[in-house]
Amino acid sequence: MDRFLFLTVDGLAKGAVYAAFALAVVLIWRAARIVNFAQGAMAVATVYAAYSVTQATGSYWLGFAAALAAGLLLGAGIERAVMRFVPHTSPLNSVIVALGLVLLLQAVLGAIYGNEFRPVETPFSRTGITVGGIALLSRYDLFVLGAVLVLVVLLALLFTRTSTGLRMRSAAFAPEVSRLLGVNVAGLLTFGWALAAAVGALAGMLVVPTELGLHPNTMDLVFVSSFTAAVVGGLDSPIGAVVGGLAVGLVLSYAAGYLGSDVTPLATLALLLVVLLIRPGGLFAGVRTRAV
Amino acid sequence: MTLLQVDGLVVGYSAAPVLHGVDLTVPPATIVTVLGANGAGKTTLLRTLSGLLRPAEGGIRFDGRSLVGVPVERVVRLGLAHVPEGRGVVAELTVEENLRLGGVWRADRRDVRLAQDEVYELFPALAARRKHAGHQLSGGERQMLALGRALVARPRLLLLDEPSLGLAPRITGQIMALLRRLCDETGLAVLLVEQNVRSALSVADQGVVLSLGRVVAAADAAQLRDDAGLRHAYLGF
Ligand SMILES: Nc1ncnc2c1ncn2[C@@H]1O[C@H](COP(=O)(O)OP(=O)(O)OP(=O)(O)O)[C@@H](O)[C@H]1O
Ligand SMILES: [Mg+2]
Repeated sequence: MDRFLFLTVDGLAKGAVYAAFALAVVLIWRAARIVNFAQGAMAVATVYAAYSVTQATGSYWLGFAAALAAGLLLGAGIERAVMRFVPHTSPLNSVIVALGLVLLLQAVLGAIYGNEFRPVETPFSRTGITVGGIALLSRYDLFVLGAVLVLVVLLALLFTRTSTGLRMRSAAFAPEVSRLLGVNVAGLLTFGWALAAAVGALAGMLVVPTELGLHPNTMDLVFVSSFTAAVVGGLDSPIGAVVGGLAVGLVLSYAAGYLGSDVTPLATLALLLVVLLIRPGGLFAGVRTRAV
Repeated sequence: MTLLQVDGLVVGYSAAPVLHGVDLTVPPATIVTVLGANGAGKTTLLRTLSGLLRPAEGGIRFDGRSLVGVPVERVVRLGLAHVPEGRGVVAELTVEENLRLGGVWRADRRDVRLAQDEVYELFPALAARRKHAGHQLSGGERQMLALGRALVARPRLLLLDEPSLGLAPRITGQIMALLRRLCDETGLAVLLVEQNVRSALSVADQGVVLSLGRVVAAADAAQLRDDAGLRHAYLGF
Protein backbone atom coordinates (compact mmCIF):
# COMPACT_ATOMS: atom_id res chain seq x y z
CA MET A 1 0.00 0.00 0.00
CA ASP A 2 2.88 2.34 0.87
CA ARG A 3 4.47 1.45 -2.41
CA PHE A 4 1.26 2.19 -4.27
CA LEU A 5 1.01 5.57 -2.58
CA PHE A 6 4.61 6.35 -3.43
CA LEU A 7 4.18 5.35 -7.07
CA THR A 8 0.97 7.36 -7.37
CA VAL A 9 2.54 10.52 -6.01
CA ASP A 10 5.64 10.04 -8.11
CA GLY A 11 3.51 9.40 -11.22
CA LEU A 12 1.51 12.56 -10.67
CA ALA A 13 4.69 14.62 -10.31
CA LYS A 14 6.07 13.20 -13.57
CA GLY A 15 2.67 13.47 -15.20
CA ALA A 16 2.48 17.16 -14.39
CA VAL A 17 5.47 17.78 -16.62
CA TYR A 18 4.01 15.61 -19.39
CA ALA A 19 0.82 17.64 -19.03
CA ALA A 20 2.71 20.90 -19.49
CA PHE A 21 4.55 19.57 -22.50
CA ALA A 22 1.36 18.09 -23.94
CA LEU A 23 -0.21 21.54 -23.57
CA ALA A 24 2.54 22.95 -25.77
CA VAL A 25 1.75 20.29 -28.40
CA VAL A 26 -1.99 21.04 -28.16
CA LEU A 27 -1.47 24.81 -28.43
CA ILE A 28 0.26 24.43 -31.79
CA TRP A 29 -2.14 21.80 -33.01
CA ARG A 30 -5.11 24.05 -32.25
CA ALA A 31 -3.52 27.10 -33.81
CA ALA A 32 -1.93 25.58 -36.89
CA ARG A 33 -3.15 21.96 -37.26
CA ILE A 34 0.49 20.90 -37.09
CA VAL A 35 1.89 18.25 -34.77
CA ASN A 36 5.14 19.92 -33.84
CA PHE A 37 7.64 17.08 -33.63
CA ALA A 38 10.35 19.68 -33.02
CA GLN A 39 8.82 20.63 -29.66
CA GLY A 40 11.32 18.49 -27.72
CA ALA A 41 14.38 19.83 -29.52
CA MET A 42 13.11 23.40 -29.17
CA ALA A 43 12.65 22.90 -25.43
CA VAL A 44 16.17 21.49 -25.09
CA ALA A 45 17.55 24.56 -26.85
CA THR A 46 15.84 26.83 -24.33
CA VAL A 47 17.18 24.77 -21.41
CA TYR A 48 20.69 25.20 -22.84
CA ALA A 49 20.03 28.94 -22.96
CA ALA A 50 19.09 28.77 -19.27
CA TYR A 51 22.20 26.68 -18.57
CA SER A 52 24.46 29.31 -20.14
CA VAL A 53 22.79 32.18 -18.31
CA THR A 54 22.96 30.34 -14.98
CA GLN A 55 26.63 29.52 -15.58
CA ALA A 56 27.37 33.16 -16.33
CA THR A 57 25.33 34.74 -13.55
CA GLY A 58 25.16 32.02 -10.91
CA SER A 59 21.40 32.51 -10.67
CA TYR A 60 18.95 29.67 -11.33
CA TRP A 61 16.08 32.11 -11.64
CA LEU A 62 17.77 34.28 -14.25
CA GLY A 63 18.34 31.10 -16.22
CA PHE A 64 14.69 30.18 -15.72
CA ALA A 65 13.58 33.53 -17.11
CA ALA A 66 16.05 33.18 -19.98
CA ALA A 67 14.53 29.81 -20.91
CA LEU A 68 11.03 31.30 -21.12
CA ALA A 69 12.26 34.30 -23.12
CA ALA A 70 14.25 32.02 -25.43
CA GLY A 71 11.11 29.93 -25.90
CA LEU A 72 9.06 32.94 -26.96
CA LEU A 73 11.73 34.05 -29.42
CA LEU A 74 12.45 30.59 -30.80
CA GLY A 75 8.76 29.79 -31.28
CA ALA A 76 8.02 33.08 -32.99
CA GLY A 77 11.17 32.80 -35.10
CA ILE A 78 10.43 29.27 -36.28
CA GLU A 79 6.88 30.20 -37.25
CA ARG A 80 7.94 33.38 -39.06
CA ALA A 81 11.01 31.97 -40.77
CA VAL A 82 10.04 28.36 -41.48
CA MET A 83 6.57 27.08 -40.72
CA ARG A 84 4.76 29.95 -42.43
CA PHE A 85 6.27 28.86 -45.73
CA VAL A 86 5.43 25.17 -45.51
CA PRO A 87 2.77 24.45 -48.14
CA HIS A 88 -0.48 23.01 -46.77
CA THR A 89 -0.84 20.58 -49.64
CA SER A 90 -0.19 17.61 -47.39
CA PRO A 91 -0.05 17.30 -43.59
CA LEU A 92 3.18 15.38 -44.09
CA ASN A 93 4.98 18.55 -45.23
CA SER A 94 5.01 20.12 -41.80
CA VAL A 95 5.94 16.83 -40.14
CA ILE A 96 8.97 16.48 -42.39
CA VAL A 97 9.99 20.10 -41.86
CA ALA A 98 9.61 19.66 -38.09
CA LEU A 99 11.79 16.53 -38.17
CA GLY A 100 14.36 18.48 -40.18
CA LEU A 101 14.29 21.15 -37.46
CA VAL A 102 14.97 18.47 -34.83
CA LEU A 103 18.11 17.37 -36.67
CA LEU A 104 19.22 20.96 -37.19
CA LEU A 105 18.64 22.05 -33.59
CA GLN A 106 20.32 18.96 -32.15
CA ALA A 107 23.31 19.36 -34.48
CA VAL A 108 23.71 23.04 -33.58
CA LEU A 109 23.40 22.32 -29.84
CA GLY A 110 25.89 19.47 -30.17
CA ALA A 111 28.33 21.74 -31.98
CA ILE A 112 28.08 24.48 -29.36
CA TYR A 113 27.82 22.48 -26.15
CA GLY A 114 29.18 19.05 -27.08
CA ASN A 115 27.35 15.79 -26.68
CA GLU A 116 28.15 14.94 -23.05
CA PHE A 117 25.50 15.01 -20.33
CA ARG A 118 25.73 18.19 -18.28
CA PRO A 119 24.36 18.16 -14.76
CA VAL A 120 21.79 20.90 -14.13
CA GLU A 121 20.92 22.35 -10.77
CA THR A 122 17.53 22.55 -9.14
CA PRO A 123 16.32 25.46 -7.03
CA PHE A 124 14.94 23.11 -4.38
CA SER A 125 16.03 19.85 -2.80
CA ARG A 126 15.09 16.64 -4.58
CA THR A 127 15.12 14.43 -1.48
CA GLY A 128 11.66 13.28 -0.57
CA ILE A 129 9.90 14.62 2.47
CA THR A 130 9.07 11.71 4.75
CA VAL A 131 5.41 11.45 5.69
CA GLY A 132 4.47 8.68 8.10
CA GLY A 133 7.60 6.70 7.26
CA ILE A 134 7.24 6.93 3.45
CA ALA A 135 9.49 9.24 1.49
CA LEU A 136 6.99 11.09 -0.69
CA LEU A 137 7.28 14.26 -2.75
CA SER A 138 10.42 16.32 -2.60
CA ARG A 139 10.40 20.10 -2.43
CA TYR A 140 11.35 20.10 -6.07
CA ASP A 141 8.33 17.91 -6.91
CA LEU A 142 6.11 20.41 -5.11
CA PHE A 143 7.70 23.21 -7.13
CA VAL A 144 6.99 21.26 -10.35
CA LEU A 145 3.35 20.63 -9.40
CA GLY A 146 2.89 24.25 -8.38
CA ALA A 147 4.46 25.59 -11.57
CA VAL A 148 2.27 23.38 -13.76
CA LEU A 149 -0.82 24.35 -11.78
CA VAL A 150 -0.03 28.04 -12.28
CA LEU A 151 0.56 27.39 -15.98
CA VAL A 152 -2.78 25.60 -16.39
CA VAL A 153 -4.67 28.34 -14.58
CA LEU A 154 -3.00 31.10 -16.59
CA LEU A 155 -3.70 29.35 -19.90
CA ALA A 156 -7.31 28.71 -18.91
CA LEU A 157 -7.74 32.40 -18.04
CA LEU A 158 -6.09 33.46 -21.27
CA PHE A 159 -8.38 31.36 -23.43
CA THR A 160 -11.66 31.82 -21.62
CA ARG A 161 -11.43 35.31 -20.12
CA THR A 162 -9.42 37.51 -22.45
CA SER A 163 -10.04 39.07 -25.83
CA THR A 164 -6.73 37.64 -27.07
CA GLY A 165 -7.93 34.18 -26.11
CA LEU A 166 -11.21 34.67 -27.95
CA ARG A 167 -9.34 35.87 -31.02
CA MET A 168 -6.94 32.92 -30.83
CA ARG A 169 -9.81 30.43 -30.67
CA SER A 170 -11.68 32.11 -33.48
CA ALA A 171 -8.57 32.39 -35.65
CA ALA A 172 -7.98 28.67 -35.21
CA PHE A 173 -11.56 27.60 -35.92
CA ALA A 174 -12.39 30.02 -38.74
CA PRO A 175 -9.38 31.93 -40.05
CA GLU A 176 -11.09 33.59 -43.00
CA VAL A 177 -14.14 34.79 -41.08
CA SER A 178 -11.86 35.99 -38.30
CA ARG A 179 -9.90 38.13 -40.72
CA LEU A 180 -13.16 39.62 -42.02
CA LEU A 181 -13.93 40.56 -38.41
CA GLY A 182 -10.61 42.37 -38.05
CA VAL A 183 -8.61 39.62 -36.34
CA ASN A 184 -4.91 39.55 -37.25
CA VAL A 185 -4.77 35.80 -37.85
CA ALA A 186 -1.16 35.68 -39.02
CA GLY A 187 0.04 37.61 -35.98
CA LEU A 188 -1.89 35.34 -33.63
CA LEU A 189 -0.35 32.29 -35.27
CA THR A 190 3.11 33.64 -34.49
CA PHE A 191 1.97 34.39 -30.94
CA GLY A 192 0.59 30.84 -30.63
CA TRP A 193 3.95 29.34 -31.58
CA ALA A 194 5.78 31.68 -29.23
CA LEU A 195 3.45 30.79 -26.37
CA ALA A 196 3.70 27.06 -27.07
CA ALA A 197 7.49 27.19 -27.20
CA ALA A 198 7.58 29.10 -23.89
CA VAL A 199 5.31 26.46 -22.34
CA GLY A 200 7.68 23.82 -23.78
CA ALA A 201 10.61 25.71 -22.25
CA LEU A 202 8.92 25.62 -18.83
CA ALA A 203 8.32 21.88 -19.17
CA GLY A 204 11.93 21.40 -20.24
CA MET A 205 13.24 23.37 -17.28
CA LEU A 206 11.12 21.27 -14.94
CA VAL A 207 11.95 17.87 -16.37
CA VAL A 208 15.62 18.03 -17.36
CA PRO A 209 16.95 17.98 -13.77
CA THR A 210 15.03 14.72 -13.19
CA GLU A 211 16.58 13.09 -16.24
CA LEU A 212 20.21 12.04 -16.67
CA GLY A 213 21.27 15.62 -17.36
CA LEU A 214 21.29 18.10 -20.19
CA HIS A 215 22.04 16.63 -23.60
CA PRO A 216 20.74 17.49 -27.10
CA ASN A 217 18.52 14.37 -26.97
CA THR A 218 17.34 14.73 -23.38
CA MET A 219 13.75 15.48 -24.31
CA ASP A 220 13.25 12.72 -26.88
CA LEU A 221 11.54 10.23 -24.56
CA VAL A 222 9.73 12.99 -22.69
CA PHE A 223 8.35 14.16 -25.99
CA VAL A 224 7.07 10.67 -26.81
CA SER A 225 5.30 10.44 -23.46
CA SER A 226 3.87 13.95 -23.79
CA PHE A 227 2.77 13.39 -27.35
CA THR A 228 0.97 10.26 -26.14
CA ALA A 229 -0.60 12.38 -23.41
CA ALA A 230 -1.77 14.93 -25.96
CA VAL A 231 -3.26 12.24 -28.23
CA VAL A 232 -4.90 10.51 -25.27
CA GLY A 233 -6.47 13.86 -24.46
CA GLY A 234 -7.69 14.36 -28.00
CA LEU A 235 -5.01 16.79 -29.33
CA ASP A 236 -7.58 19.59 -29.46
CA SER A 237 -8.36 19.77 -25.78
CA PRO A 238 -6.22 21.57 -23.19
CA ILE A 239 -8.11 19.79 -20.41
CA GLY A 240 -7.48 16.54 -22.24
CA ALA A 241 -3.75 17.31 -22.37
CA VAL A 242 -3.62 17.80 -18.61
CA VAL A 243 -5.61 14.66 -17.82
CA GLY A 244 -3.64 12.75 -20.47
CA GLY A 245 -0.36 13.93 -18.99
CA LEU A 246 -1.30 12.82 -15.49
CA ALA A 247 -2.59 9.48 -16.85
CA VAL A 248 0.63 8.82 -18.73
CA GLY A 249 2.67 9.76 -15.66
CA LEU A 250 0.70 7.31 -13.51
CA VAL A 251 0.85 4.48 -16.05
CA LEU A 252 4.61 4.89 -16.47
CA SER A 253 5.13 5.06 -12.72
CA TYR A 254 3.06 1.94 -12.00
CA ALA A 255 4.66 0.06 -14.90
CA ALA A 256 8.16 0.94 -13.73
CA GLY A 257 7.32 0.15 -10.11
CA TYR A 258 5.52 -3.12 -10.55
CA LEU A 259 6.92 -4.49 -13.81
CA GLY A 260 10.39 -2.99 -13.98
CA SER A 261 11.70 0.08 -15.75
CA ASP A 262 12.38 -1.84 -18.99
CA VAL A 263 8.68 -1.97 -19.80
CA THR A 264 7.84 1.71 -19.34
CA PRO A 265 8.16 2.69 -23.01
CA LEU A 266 5.93 -0.29 -23.86
CA ALA A 267 3.41 0.85 -21.28
CA THR A 268 3.19 4.25 -22.98
CA LEU A 269 2.51 2.66 -26.33
CA ALA A 270 -0.02 0.24 -24.82
CA LEU A 271 -1.92 3.16 -23.29
CA LEU A 272 -1.91 5.01 -26.60
CA LEU A 273 -3.17 1.91 -28.40
CA VAL A 274 -5.96 1.19 -25.91
CA VAL A 275 -7.23 4.76 -26.02
CA LEU A 276 -7.15 4.92 -29.79
CA LEU A 277 -9.03 1.62 -30.01
CA ILE A 278 -11.75 2.76 -27.64
CA ARG A 279 -12.00 6.39 -28.74
CA PRO A 280 -10.05 7.09 -31.94
CA GLY A 281 -10.39 10.85 -31.45
CA GLY A 282 -8.87 10.74 -27.99
CA LEU A 283 -10.70 10.76 -24.67
CA PHE A 284 -11.68 14.43 -24.78
CA ALA A 285 -12.43 14.86 -28.45
CA GLY A 286 -15.49 17.04 -28.63
CA VAL A 287 -18.25 16.11 -31.03
CA ARG A 288 -18.13 19.03 -33.39
CA THR A 289 -20.06 19.92 -36.43
CA ARG A 290 -18.14 22.22 -38.69
CA ALA A 291 -20.88 22.41 -41.32
CA VAL A 292 -22.52 25.81 -41.61
CA MET B 1 -21.82 61.51 -53.51
CA THR B 2 -20.56 57.95 -53.44
CA LEU B 3 -19.43 55.70 -50.63
CA LEU B 4 -18.09 52.85 -52.72
CA GLN B 5 -16.80 53.26 -56.24
CA VAL B 6 -15.65 50.25 -58.27
CA ASP B 7 -13.99 50.83 -61.64
CA GLY B 8 -13.12 48.24 -64.27
CA LEU B 9 -12.60 45.43 -61.80
CA VAL B 10 -10.92 42.37 -63.33
CA VAL B 11 -10.57 39.37 -61.00
CA GLY B 12 -9.62 35.77 -61.69
CA TYR B 13 -8.59 32.69 -59.83
CA SER B 14 -5.67 30.74 -61.24
CA ALA B 15 -6.95 30.62 -64.81
CA ALA B 16 -9.04 33.05 -66.87
CA PRO B 17 -10.71 36.07 -65.24
CA VAL B 18 -14.11 35.62 -63.63
CA LEU B 19 -14.96 39.32 -63.50
CA HIS B 20 -14.29 41.22 -66.72
CA GLY B 21 -14.26 44.91 -65.89
CA VAL B 22 -17.05 45.47 -63.39
CA ASP B 23 -18.14 49.06 -62.58
CA LEU B 24 -20.34 49.77 -59.60
CA THR B 25 -21.32 52.65 -57.34
CA VAL B 26 -22.91 52.57 -53.90
CA PRO B 27 -24.08 55.90 -52.45
CA PRO B 28 -24.48 56.26 -48.66
CA ALA B 29 -27.79 55.19 -47.12
CA THR B 30 -28.66 53.13 -50.18
CA ILE B 31 -29.35 49.46 -50.77
CA VAL B 32 -27.82 48.23 -54.00
CA THR B 33 -28.57 44.65 -54.93
CA VAL B 34 -26.33 42.54 -57.16
CA LEU B 35 -28.32 39.92 -59.05
CA GLY B 36 -27.28 37.16 -61.39
CA ALA B 37 -27.34 33.44 -62.02
CA ASN B 38 -25.12 30.86 -60.33
CA GLY B 39 -21.50 31.44 -61.25
CA ALA B 40 -22.07 35.00 -62.45
CA GLY B 41 -19.31 36.20 -60.13
CA LYS B 42 -21.30 37.79 -57.29
CA THR B 43 -19.35 36.14 -54.50
CA THR B 44 -16.10 36.85 -56.30
CA LEU B 45 -17.06 40.53 -56.41
CA LEU B 46 -17.76 40.74 -52.67
CA ARG B 47 -14.62 38.80 -51.78
CA THR B 48 -12.56 41.22 -53.83
CA LEU B 49 -14.15 44.24 -52.16
CA SER B 50 -13.27 42.99 -48.68
CA GLY B 51 -9.72 42.12 -49.71
CA LEU B 52 -9.97 38.31 -49.68
CA LEU B 53 -9.14 38.33 -53.40
CA ARG B 54 -6.79 40.69 -55.16
CA PRO B 55 -7.96 42.28 -58.40
CA ALA B 56 -5.76 41.87 -61.46
CA GLU B 57 -6.94 45.25 -62.70
CA GLY B 58 -9.26 48.03 -61.68
CA GLY B 59 -9.85 50.24 -58.70
CA ILE B 60 -11.90 50.11 -55.49
CA ARG B 61 -12.42 53.37 -53.65
CA PHE B 62 -14.23 53.42 -50.33
CA ASP B 63 -14.93 56.82 -48.84
CA GLY B 64 -12.31 58.30 -51.14
CA ARG B 65 -9.60 55.82 -50.14
CA SER B 66 -8.25 52.99 -52.31
CA LEU B 67 -8.92 49.52 -50.87
CA VAL B 68 -6.68 47.65 -53.29
CA GLY B 69 -3.87 46.01 -51.34
CA VAL B 70 -5.37 46.82 -47.91
CA PRO B 71 -5.15 43.63 -45.78
CA VAL B 72 -8.50 41.95 -45.04
CA GLU B 73 -8.31 42.50 -41.30
CA ARG B 74 -7.90 46.26 -41.83
CA VAL B 75 -10.83 46.68 -44.22
CA VAL B 76 -13.43 46.27 -41.46
CA ARG B 77 -11.71 49.04 -39.50
CA LEU B 78 -12.40 51.39 -42.38
CA GLY B 79 -16.13 50.77 -42.09
CA LEU B 80 -16.84 47.96 -44.54
CA ALA B 81 -18.25 44.72 -43.08
CA HIS B 82 -18.59 41.54 -45.14
CA VAL B 83 -21.02 38.77 -44.13
CA PRO B 84 -19.77 35.93 -46.29
CA GLU B 85 -21.68 33.30 -48.23
CA GLY B 86 -22.79 30.66 -45.73
CA ARG B 87 -22.80 33.36 -43.01
CA GLY B 88 -19.56 32.45 -41.26
CA VAL B 89 -20.90 31.97 -37.75
CA VAL B 90 -18.05 30.33 -35.82
CA ALA B 91 -19.72 27.03 -34.96
CA GLU B 92 -17.49 26.29 -31.95
CA LEU B 93 -18.08 29.64 -30.24
CA THR B 94 -21.21 30.70 -28.39
CA VAL B 95 -23.63 33.35 -29.60
CA GLU B 96 -22.16 35.76 -27.07
CA GLU B 97 -18.58 35.04 -28.17
CA ASN B 98 -19.49 35.42 -31.83
CA LEU B 99 -20.99 38.80 -31.06
CA ARG B 100 -17.98 39.88 -29.00
CA LEU B 101 -15.82 38.93 -31.96
CA GLY B 102 -17.67 41.49 -34.05
CA GLY B 103 -16.22 44.33 -32.00
CA VAL B 104 -12.93 42.76 -30.99
CA TRP B 105 -10.80 45.31 -32.83
CA ARG B 106 -12.65 48.36 -31.53
CA ALA B 107 -11.18 50.58 -28.83
CA ASP B 108 -14.51 52.04 -27.75
CA ARG B 109 -15.55 49.18 -25.44
CA ARG B 110 -18.61 51.04 -24.16
CA ASP B 111 -20.03 51.42 -27.62
CA VAL B 112 -19.24 47.77 -28.38
CA ARG B 113 -21.35 46.73 -25.39
CA LEU B 114 -24.07 49.12 -26.48
CA ALA B 115 -24.00 47.70 -30.00
CA GLN B 116 -24.23 44.15 -28.63
CA ASP B 117 -27.27 45.09 -26.55
CA GLU B 118 -28.85 46.62 -29.64
CA VAL B 119 -28.35 43.34 -31.51
CA TYR B 120 -30.06 41.41 -28.72
CA GLU B 121 -32.95 43.88 -28.87
CA LEU B 122 -33.14 43.57 -32.64
CA PHE B 123 -33.10 39.75 -32.44
CA PRO B 124 -34.68 38.53 -29.19
CA ALA B 125 -34.20 34.96 -30.43
CA LEU B 126 -30.43 35.45 -30.01
CA ALA B 127 -30.79 36.91 -26.53
CA ALA B 128 -32.47 33.67 -25.46
CA ARG B 129 -29.53 31.67 -26.77
CA ARG B 130 -26.50 33.63 -25.56
CA LYS B 131 -24.70 30.57 -24.20
CA HIS B 132 -25.55 28.26 -27.10
CA ALA B 133 -22.78 27.25 -29.50
CA GLY B 134 -23.03 28.43 -33.10
CA HIS B 135 -23.66 24.90 -34.37
CA GLN B 136 -26.79 24.63 -32.21
CA LEU B 137 -28.54 27.50 -33.96
CA SER B 138 -31.14 27.27 -36.70
CA GLY B 139 -30.42 28.71 -40.12
CA GLY B 140 -32.43 31.81 -39.38
CA GLU B 141 -30.71 32.36 -36.05
CA ARG B 142 -27.34 32.02 -37.72
CA GLN B 143 -28.25 34.65 -40.24
CA MET B 144 -29.38 36.97 -37.46
CA LEU B 145 -26.13 36.33 -35.58
CA ALA B 146 -23.97 36.92 -38.66
CA LEU B 147 -25.81 40.12 -39.43
CA GLY B 148 -25.78 41.28 -35.82
CA ARG B 149 -22.09 40.49 -35.47
CA ALA B 150 -21.33 42.63 -38.51
CA LEU B 151 -23.39 45.49 -37.05
CA VAL B 152 -21.32 45.48 -33.84
CA ALA B 153 -18.50 46.90 -35.96
CA ARG B 154 -20.77 49.90 -36.76
CA PRO B 155 -20.01 49.68 -40.47
CA ARG B 156 -20.98 52.27 -43.03
CA LEU B 157 -21.24 49.65 -45.77
CA LEU B 158 -22.50 46.12 -45.31
CA LEU B 159 -21.69 43.43 -47.89
CA LEU B 160 -24.22 40.59 -47.68
CA ASP B 161 -23.80 37.39 -49.69
CA GLU B 162 -27.16 35.67 -50.15
CA PRO B 163 -28.63 36.25 -46.69
CA SER B 164 -31.91 34.61 -47.69
CA LEU B 165 -30.31 31.29 -48.62
CA GLY B 166 -32.15 28.46 -46.93
CA LEU B 167 -34.44 30.73 -44.91
CA ALA B 168 -38.22 30.59 -44.66
CA PRO B 169 -39.89 33.42 -46.59
CA ARG B 170 -41.15 34.98 -43.38
CA ILE B 171 -37.61 35.23 -41.94
CA THR B 172 -36.27 36.53 -45.24
CA GLY B 173 -38.95 39.22 -45.19
CA GLN B 174 -38.01 40.23 -41.65
CA ILE B 175 -34.35 40.53 -42.55
CA MET B 176 -35.06 42.57 -45.67
CA ALA B 177 -37.31 44.90 -43.70
CA LEU B 178 -34.60 45.30 -41.08
CA LEU B 179 -32.05 46.24 -43.76
CA ARG B 180 -34.42 48.86 -45.08
CA ARG B 181 -34.91 50.29 -41.60
CA LEU B 182 -31.17 50.39 -40.81
CA CYS B 183 -30.56 52.10 -44.12
CA ASP B 184 -33.24 54.73 -43.57
CA GLU B 185 -32.58 55.33 -39.87
CA THR B 186 -28.81 55.03 -39.53
CA GLY B 187 -27.57 55.82 -43.02
CA LEU B 188 -26.10 52.34 -43.47
CA ALA B 189 -25.38 51.41 -47.08
CA VAL B 190 -25.86 47.79 -48.18
CA LEU B 191 -24.51 45.86 -51.13
CA LEU B 192 -26.88 42.92 -51.21
CA VAL B 193 -26.06 39.86 -53.30
CA GLU B 194 -29.19 37.78 -53.84
CA GLN B 195 -30.65 34.96 -55.87
CA ASN B 196 -34.00 35.73 -54.37
CA VAL B 197 -34.66 38.41 -56.98
CA ARG B 198 -38.17 39.37 -55.91
CA SER B 199 -37.38 40.09 -52.28
CA ALA B 200 -34.09 41.79 -53.17
CA LEU B 201 -35.73 44.14 -55.65
CA SER B 202 -38.58 44.82 -53.27
CA VAL B 203 -36.21 46.28 -50.70
CA ALA B 204 -33.36 47.70 -52.79
CA ASP B 205 -33.01 51.21 -54.19
CA GLN B 206 -30.85 50.16 -57.09
CA GLY B 207 -30.00 46.94 -58.84
CA VAL B 208 -27.07 45.64 -60.83
CA VAL B 209 -27.36 42.51 -62.95
CA LEU B 210 -24.22 40.48 -63.39
CA SER B 211 -23.90 37.86 -66.12
CA LEU B 212 -20.73 35.85 -66.73
CA GLY B 213 -18.65 38.46 -64.96
CA ARG B 214 -20.04 41.50 -66.73
CA VAL B 215 -22.57 44.12 -65.67
CA VAL B 216 -25.43 43.75 -68.15
CA ALA B 217 -27.85 46.15 -66.46
CA ALA B 218 -27.71 48.80 -63.77
CA ALA B 219 -30.77 50.82 -62.88
CA ASP B 220 -33.27 51.76 -60.20
CA ALA B 221 -34.76 48.70 -58.58
CA ALA B 222 -38.26 49.70 -59.67
CA GLN B 223 -37.11 49.96 -63.27
CA LEU B 224 -35.54 46.47 -63.14
CA ARG B 225 -38.73 45.08 -61.66
CA ASP B 226 -40.74 46.45 -64.53
CA ASP B 227 -38.38 45.49 -67.36
CA ALA B 228 -39.93 42.21 -68.53
CA GLY B 229 -37.29 41.57 -71.21
CA LEU B 230 -34.42 41.88 -68.73
CA ARG B 231 -36.22 39.77 -66.17
CA HIS B 232 -36.72 36.97 -68.67
CA ALA B 233 -33.20 37.14 -70.06
CA TYR B 234 -31.20 37.29 -66.82
CA LEU B 235 -33.36 36.93 -63.77
CA GLY B 236 -35.59 34.04 -64.72
CA PHE B 237 -39.03 35.34 -63.82
N1 LIG C 1 -11.92 29.28 -55.56
C1 LIG C 1 -12.19 29.27 -56.89
N2 LIG C 1 -11.28 28.81 -57.77
C2 LIG C 1 -11.53 28.82 -59.08
N3 LIG C 1 -12.66 29.24 -59.64
C3 LIG C 1 -13.63 29.71 -58.82
C4 LIG C 1 -13.43 29.75 -57.41
N4 LIG C 1 -14.54 30.26 -56.85
C5 LIG C 1 -15.39 30.54 -57.86
N5 LIG C 1 -14.84 30.20 -59.05
C6 LIG C 1 -15.47 30.38 -60.35
O1 LIG C 1 -15.75 31.75 -60.54
C7 LIG C 1 -17.02 31.90 -61.15
C8 LIG C 1 -17.86 32.85 -60.33
O2 LIG C 1 -18.08 32.26 -59.06
P1 LIG C 1 -18.84 33.00 -57.89
O3 LIG C 1 -18.78 32.13 -56.70
O4 LIG C 1 -18.30 34.37 -57.77
O5 LIG C 1 -20.31 33.06 -58.47
P2 LIG C 1 -21.66 33.46 -57.76
O6 LIG C 1 -22.31 34.45 -58.62
O7 LIG C 1 -21.43 33.84 -56.35
O8 LIG C 1 -22.46 32.12 -57.80
P3 LIG C 1 -23.54 31.50 -56.77
O9 LIG C 1 -24.82 32.21 -57.04
O10 LIG C 1 -23.61 30.07 -57.12
O11 LIG C 1 -23.04 31.74 -55.38
C9 LIG C 1 -17.60 30.53 -61.32
O12 LIG C 1 -17.42 30.12 -62.64
C10 LIG C 1 -16.80 29.66 -60.39
O13 LIG C 1 -16.66 28.37 -60.93
MG1 LIG D 1 -22.02 33.12 -54.53
